Amino acid sequence: MFRFQAFHMYGIIGLAVALGVPMVAIIKARKIKDFAGGQIVFTPKKWSISRYLIGGTIFGLGWALSGACPGPIVVNIGAGYLGYAIVLVAAVLGTFLYGLLKNKLPH
Amino acid sequence: MNLIMQPWPWYVSGALIALIMFIMLFFGKSFGFSSNLRTLCTLCGADKYVPFFQFDWKTQSWNLFFLIGAGIGGYLAANFMSPEDYTVAISNNTITDLSALGFSAPRGFVPESQFGVEAMSETKNIIILALGGLMVGFGARYAGGCTSGHAISGISNLQPASLLAVVGFFIGGLLMTHLFFPLIY
Repeated sequence: MFRFQAFHMYGIIGLAVALGVPMVAIIKARKIKDFAGGQIVFTPKKWSISRYLIGGTIFGLGWALSGACPGPIVVNIGAGYLGYAIVLVAAVLGTFLYGLLKNKLPH
Repeated sequence: MNLIMQPWPWYVSGALIALIMFIMLFFGKSFGFSSNLRTLCTLCGADKYVPFFQFDWKTQSWNLFFLIGAGIGGYLAANFMSPEDYTVAISNNTITDLSALGFSAPRGFVPESQFGVEAMSETKNIIILALGGLMVGFGARYAGGCTSGHAISGISNLQPASLLAVVGFFIGGLLMTHLFFPLIY
């Protein structure tokens, strides 16, 4: 997908967002309740440049190198590709590493 | 029945992802997959060493069921819903580009030369997969979300932070594909 040679992934994500934007807007405007009658709340992430730019870039490097973001890692394990079991274990370790270094990183 | 046994077009998959997000919101949850990685850390005992992992993992157990469901979905799709000798319909240019770097053509969803059983005996390959996973896990938590949490949920909520995270995803993805791939392979 990072070679821009196929439309498929952009179609999937693009359509999900194209439907998601009005969905969230309608939920907010009409104050649509969840199944239990509670308010559906959206808590926007606090703005920061370093956190999202650096964190996002590291994620992107890993996404392209391993060929999958977190969801599809698990999907591919289910599909029987042993290599993704290694990717998953490493991703859990990477998450642990973040927790360990969290206070030393710019956020 | 025949239709669902074929690879689904992008507009079906994209609409289903939006539907999944709606179902999650309707049941008072949010659509974000990588939080599961933090929960898995806690389940492995990371909360004993690092405060970041000290939370009641049971509040996230619903998301672990989503993770298990994704794995079951992958199993069903690969074993019962793909035509015989199915290969993912990626661009031929991509296959040519990747084979120049030593990748085999995809069999099923991904190339066996990277993800198959035999590939697991190659040290270099294992290091590459582990490094990729490490950056996915680290980066997702640093950025506070992954493709589902930022690119789909966050942008649907028009959050500037999520847009910046996705810009980061692309900077990383493009750097890896065009700058580092020729150096690594």
